[in-house]
Amino acid sequence: MELTSTWYLVLAAILFALGATGLLVRRNPLIMFMCVELMLNAVNLTFVTFGNDLNDLGGELSVFFVLVVAAAEVVIGLAIIVAIMRRRNEATADDLSVLRG
Amino acid sequence: MELVVFLIAGALAIIGALGLILFRHPVHSALSLVLSLFAVAVLFVNQDAQFLAAVQVIVYAGAIVVLFLFVIMLLGVDKAENLSVEPIAGQRLIAVGIGIAILALSVFFIFSVSGNAATGQESVTAEKVDSITGTTTSATEALGDDQVDGTEDAPNIDQLGRSLFTDYVFAFEVTALLLTIAVVGAVLLARKPKGELAPLPTIPDRNAGPVPELDALETLGDT
Amino acid sequence: MNPATVNLATMQLVELVWLVPLFPLLGFITLMLIGRRLGEPVAGWVATAAMGGSFAAAVMVFVGMVGLDGESGERIVQVKLFDWVVAGDFSVDIGLLADPLSVTMILFITGVATLIHLYSIGYMHGDANFSKFFVYLNLFAFAMLMLVLGDNLLLTFLGWEGVGACSYFLISFWFTDEANASAGKKAFVTNRVGDFGFMLATFLAFFAYGSIEYGEMFSGAPIAQSTATAIALLLFVGAAGKSAQFPLYLWLPDAMAGPTPVSALIHAATMVTSGVYLLSRINPILAAAHDWAPSLIAWVGLFTALFAATIAIAQDDIKKVLAYSTVSQLGFMVVAVGTGAYVAALFHMITHAFFKALMFLGSGSVIHGMNDDQNMKRYGGLAKLMPITAGTFIVGWLAIAGVPPFSGFWSKDEILVSIYANGDIFANKVLFVLLLIAAILTAFYMTRLVALTFFGAPRWRDEVTGEAFIESDEELPLRHPHESPWTMTFPLVALAGAALVAGGLNLPFTKDLHFLEHWLEPSFFFEGKDNIFHDLPSGGTKWIVAIIATLGALMGIAAAWKLYFDKGGGTGPESPPILAQGWGYDNAVTSFMGGPGEKSFDAMAEFDATVVDGTVNGVGKLIQIDGGILRKLQNGLVRSYAALIGIGAVGVMIYFLVVGA
Repeated sequence: MELTSTWYLVLAAILFALGATGLLVRRNPLIMFMCVELMLNAVNLTFVTFGNDLNDLGGELSVFFVLVVAAAEVVIGLAIIVAIMRRRNEATADDLSVLRG
Repeated sequence: MELVVFLIAGALAIIGALGLILFRHPVHSALSLVLSLFAVAVLFVNQDAQFLAAVQVIVYAGAIVVLFLFVIMLLGVDKAENLSVEPIAGQRLIAVGIGIAILALSVFFIFSVSGNAATGQESVTAEKVDSITGTTTSATEALGDDQVDGTEDAPNIDQLGRSLFTDYVFAFEVTALLLTIAVVGAVLLARKPKGELAPLPTIPDRNAGPVPELDALETLGDT
Repeated sequence: MNPATVNLATMQLVELVWLVPLFPLLGFITLMLIGRRLGEPVAGWVATAAMGGSFAAAVMVFVGMVGLDGESGERIVQVKLFDWVVAGDFSVDIGLLADPLSVTMILFITGVATLIHLYSIGYMHGDANFSKFFVYLNLFAFAMLMLVLGDNLLLTFLGWEGVGACSYFLISFWFTDEANASAGKKAFVTNRVGDFGFMLATFLAFFAYGSIEYGEMFSGAPIAQSTATAIALLLFVGAAGKSAQFPLYLWLPDAMAGPTPVSALIHAATMVTSGVYLLSRINPILAAAHDWAPSLIAWVGLFTALFAATIAIAQDDIKKVLAYSTVSQLGFMVVAVGTGAYVAALFHMITHAFFKALMFLGSGSVIHGMNDDQNMKRYGGLAKLMPITAGTFIVGWLAIAGVPPFSGFWSKDEILVSIYANGDIFANKVLFVLLLIAAILTAFYMTRLVALTFFGAPRWRDEVTGEAFIESDEELPLRHPHESPWTMTFPLVALAGAALVAGGLNLPFTKDLHFLEHWLEPSFFFEGKDNIFHDLPSGGTKWIVAIIATLGALMGIAAAWKLYFDKGGGTGPESPPILAQGWGYDNAVTSFMGGPGEKSFDAMAEFDATVVDGTVNGVGKLIQIDGGILRKLQNGLVRSYAALIGIGAVGVMIYFLVVGA
């Protein structure tokens, strides 16, 4: 059995699906955020796989940029969560439904 | 050899992901995430992206997850979540459904293309050279090795850097700007507010009926 | 002056036809603004002067038109004033059509109206709303003139509605008495039924002809016979409403609740003739319709004439007799129109205007002198005390009875001869006989009226001396009959003169004396040729019919005189109650309207409120409900929004799966 890029892609798909499911199921905002990170990782894996397949450095460069942006996003996201959750410990994502119509 | 590595790393990645979504305690979830990230880094190495693997470990596992743990510690959001209750009706069903659907569709797409799933053209500019064996797996060998400026056996990081600072320098600068903005934003958000804090938006108790201050909104649509 | 400039001058005179409705309009506006301040009698004189000016303008237009050549169509002059409605294909302007027919109408309308305005000054003396009366009268005159002069169906309809509204105002002028107000409402509502037919006809005409202007309608391409029949009959419905034909005549007897000048002007001379005018105006459409349409019109007219005549002989109220008489005479005119004898119809319209207005004014004079008592049973012997009134009334009486050489004889005779000779109309000989019977009845009831009112022994007591003239068991009322002032008697004399000589308009002896017929020819045409029934029979038949008609009239007069002229103060035989109540028709309509009619109207209103409104509101409610359901999607929870995003993403993937990239 030869290791082709297909395996990597399937693995990335599995990770992505798991991350999506976790995002929808969990209520703790931090865990939801971590699921987003998992999804991003799956995408990174896909990029690298394709880059390897095509001998294109663009794949790795894309991962590079995704990483940078993910880092920035995590910073801001956590800052927001801190700002909201600072005064309440048991808050979950379901409690911020002020925008209901 | 690569296959074995792949299987082990793949299994670990999946285990980590499952742990992330199934553990009740957020610290447990964070540690599972770290496991998953490590496995992915191994997979990067398996694919000749060593620099990326290193960055992954340092930035992702080393910085981001630590940041998560800091917040967990700071806010005391360490209470175990009550996973047996799902307040939103049908959410679990939708979630599982979506997960399965994404997986199924992706796999289908992957396998619908006979043989190689990569449909793009092989690049002629950012050609990647296997840094250990010094050979390329490219079909454009005929174009010559001069493409990479005479550094056929250059390590991965060299190639990356060269490409980054020549072809993608603009994107690079923009990301620098992005990071700066992120820092400024984070500082602003984390400041202690001066004066009285504004009252919190009331948390609606799902079982207690409509929230008083939202009554006006509710009656708007009912007439 | 060379002929070209003369022609130009006369053409210009005709084009000043817009002056004719302008004067009453100015009068109306002036009196509306400062009438109350002008007070009595200045307001009345202002109104009369306005009508007089209008009459002078009408005469001027007539003189101008005489100078134009009738044969070459010069006498049809359209004066466009300004654009009125411009909406895509549909454009209507305020334009006046001056042709022989309308000029004839405006002449006698303005003439009679001026006289009646003068009369009203005396009649309404002392009334609290003196100036308001003249405001309405002038407005009415304006509307009537617009009706007659309009060059398109819409402008005619404007005048049509205007006269209907003014009729309502004037009938219920003394509205503090509820009976008067109801009479006004009845008139308005009944007219409305006819107006509905008019409107439908207008829509149909626009649909068929592409235009509702008379000139364009009549000169355009011919239309399907059924369409023409539909238009003609719908317009006849409208005419039946205005000209009080069966079954829409109900309002006219009730309309006698208004002041007598109103009855004279509106319900004798002008408004009620507008139906006949309309039918004459659309004669090309009538000619294009199926043959049974004019027959139907003629028979409806006959039925009305006979029906109303039988009722008139049983009425005790002097004005009601005259009202039913008007209905009957209008029936005569409608019969003539249905027979195609438009000239006879218009001739009778003119003579009828004169003698009926005369008789109404005369009756007003009598009522005035008898303390507003209108019951003929309490009249009697007034001839000596009101000589001018009596004398002029007798002229009118003889005219309507059809005694030569008064004008009524000539016009009625013309109608009878036309019917007898026109084989196209269904069962025309039967029609002739029945109409003759109606004519005899006319003579009968008018003679009854005159005998009871002016002759015989007085059935009242003299107010001054208190003495009674006859033996009677019951208390006789005190009265002081007196002749009316000159403002009231002058119009009577003028109208009597007209009733006497108007026959000269269209004498049947030789073709040369057919002034009216020649004059009206340009207005009656169909498919390039005349639409007037020229085919009068030879001399012999004409004379026989004339003699029969005269004998019938004299018979009627003699019979009535014998029955009702009583020096002893009797009032003749009791009239059968069924006739007095109008064959029960009025009661039937009232009970229907009050009973099943009202129920069906209520049901209609219910239907509108629940079904129509319900549908409209239901649509709104449906949207509200939908909104309520969709609102639940917006629960503000991030996770459900995320779920929706996920569903969308899966959807996109499936799309690419199915459709392909």
